[in-house]
Amino acid sequence: MSARKIVFTSGKGGVGKTTTTVNVGAALAKRGQRVILVDADIGLRNLDLVLGLEKRIVFDLVEVVEGRCQLRQALIKDKRFESLSILPAAQTRDKDAVTEEQMAHVMDELAGMCDYVLIDCPAGIEGGFRNAIAGASEAVVVTTPEVSAIRDADRVIGKLGERKLPMRLIVNRIRPDMVRSGDMLSVEDVCEILSAELLGIVPDDEEIIDTTNKGEPVVLGETNRLRGIYDKIARRLEGELVEFTNLDNTGFLGRLFGALKAG
Amino acid sequence: MHELKPEFASTPAPAKLGRAIVITSGKGGVGKTTTTANLGTALAKRGASVVLVDADVGLRNLDIVMGLESRVKHHVLDVLEEKATLDEALVRDKHSQKLNLLAAAQTREKDDVDTEKMRLLIESLRERFDYVLIDCPAGIEMGFKNAVVGAQEAIVVCTPEVSAVRDVDRVVGLLGNAFSPQLIINRVRPQLVKKGKMLSVDDVNSILRLPLLGVIADEPDVIVSTNKGEPLALRTDTATAAAYHAIAARIAGEDVPAPTVEYKESFVSKLGAFFGGRR
Amino acid sequence: MIEFLNKLFGRQNSGATAKERLRLVLMSDHLSLAPEMIEAMKRDLVDVISRYVEVDREKIDVHFEQENNGLAMLANIPITGVNRDGGNGSGGNKAEETPDTRDEHRAEEVEAPQPAAGQRRRKRRKGGQHHGGASQTGSPAPAT
Repeated sequence: MSARKIVFTSGKGGVGKTTTTVNVGAALAKRGQRVILVDADIGLRNLDLVLGLEKRIVFDLVEVVEGRCQLRQALIKDKRFESLSILPAAQTRDKDAVTEEQMAHVMDELAGMCDYVLIDCPAGIEGGFRNAIAGASEAVVVTTPEVSAIRDADRVIGKLGERKLPMRLIVNRIRPDMVRSGDMLSVEDVCEILSAELLGIVPDDEEIIDTTNKGEPVVLGETNRLRGIYDKIARRLEGELVEFTNLDNTGFLGRLFGALKAG
Repeated sequence: MHELKPEFASTPAPAKLGRAIVITSGKGGVGKTTTTANLGTALAKRGASVVLVDADVGLRNLDIVMGLESRVKHHVLDVLEEKATLDEALVRDKHSQKLNLLAAAQTREKDDVDTEKMRLLIESLRERFDYVLIDCPAGIEMGFKNAVVGAQEAIVVCTPEVSAVRDVDRVVGLLGNAFSPQLIINRVRPQLVKKGKMLSVDDVNSILRLPLLGVIADEPDVIVSTNKGEPLALRTDTATAAAYHAIAARIAGEDVPAPTVEYKESFVSKLGAFFGGRR
Repeated sequence: MIEFLNKLFGRQNSGATAKERLRLVLMSDHLSLAPEMIEAMKRDLVDVISRYVEVDREKIDVHFEQENNGLAMLANIPITGVNRDGGNGSGGNKAEETPDTRDEHRAEEVEAPQPAAGQRRRKRRKGGQHHGGASQTGSPAPAT
């Protein structure tokens, strides 16, 4: 049975696509899934860096496409996990170094080797984005509760709709204190504005910066509360109905805060 | 090359051409648009005439950050394709007579922009305004190329995170010798730097080695300001506003004094705003 | 509670402002993203009006304008006479159609986009708005 091919996209840059892809992938791997992460950001690669695997890159996606190496040679296995590998992007090439067909072909090949192919999409809606979604069968849209991010997410959702890709939403960097004081849109607001199904809510957490600096996915840490959150997202992806914040109006903020506190 | 210049480009040559500065970063979400909006606001407050150009075709946000989204009638592509005049497309800011916005098209693609025409447009804007600030989209594809054409100066915005630093480095390489980019380090969290959990200003700059134009601390006020569409530089009471005003002063050539705190690992700020010296 | 008090005292917190602004901006974005839908809406509008009065189809202007408190659709439809043939679904008085206008109507019919088979309107969208390009018209083609 072929793997699920999920692209993580957003439109707006800097909302946490790469961090999310890495941590969701790591959480799935920890749960025993065989996961391959793909960096589709040719020219601005970062997936390797966030995982701390940058020194082990030998071959990249473009070289695979150009036939200069086998696919397996380009995959880098993360030794901290049973079954987590990455396919890095090229750093010194352009996004037009690969076509949509080539991307789709490589993703299909990867899908024959694992349970989940998670594709880290570049920012924007240009060629890099089109290539990244060409290889996917479903999408996760990552947004923050900020005006520009939501507007861009809306545009991306439209583009995904054109390709008939099913999608779900992760709201990243939510700050419950600011939501409570009315200075930030709530998760419910975001879902309503975007008419999207929620996959996960991730609170803003300083620890993330530290983990990306060190190249250590959150799930490897012992005490980080984000670990539980990414685990929940992984479980929902697997199809489990995991309780998270109720999206009612009554007591919504209180429950959200309580749920987030509990991790 | 066209023999006849497009309509928007035929203006009489003024005494002095304005400065066209592209604000770029490679990585998205580091604060390019916020910086463009605030720098424009600060420069206009100093009396300069400013036009902000949103080069993010298809994902425009400069209009909404400026609070001008309901006033946009025409956009850059309308002007380039001569479906509207420049005057019809320019949106006057709500707060300053001297500040104008040229919005991006929302429903088109970046590939639709003719690079040469974009260059001519920026040139004609230089003839009308003291400052042309171009908000560059994330990435290094066509959008980036079209944002850069026509600019003579570049400001690169970076946050103290490994991915951002890496992307800026790449972008500086792509900008090449035509530009001497200056650096703004955005979203610094002094407490985290102190704990050693965030790169310091010094760390960032020892890698990038660029003239430092300014350092801005992370403030929740930024979120509130984009919610409302009111750039922080309109205020005088926040550290972020002060930082942008100082950066504007530096851009204008003023000698803004360096602060007493040095940029080390133990960098802690009460103000949250620092200004670097040119190297 | 805080939001309630703010509203009571006339202060709206920025989160609520953001939500309102986003709603309007996205509506505007969606409308400009679906030109075929707008064209279909214009044709329907003109057809309905044509049942009661004769209109100059060439000089019709229908467009959307941003206003401070929302989006407005403005239609300028020049009326050339009263339609004595009331209740007839097609526009204009047929007996007075010149060859030119007949061709124009035919051309309009030919250009009407047909929705692709199997397309569904996105169920989750409120207010019947929809996204994306030409392939996503969910409503049946308007009768022209």
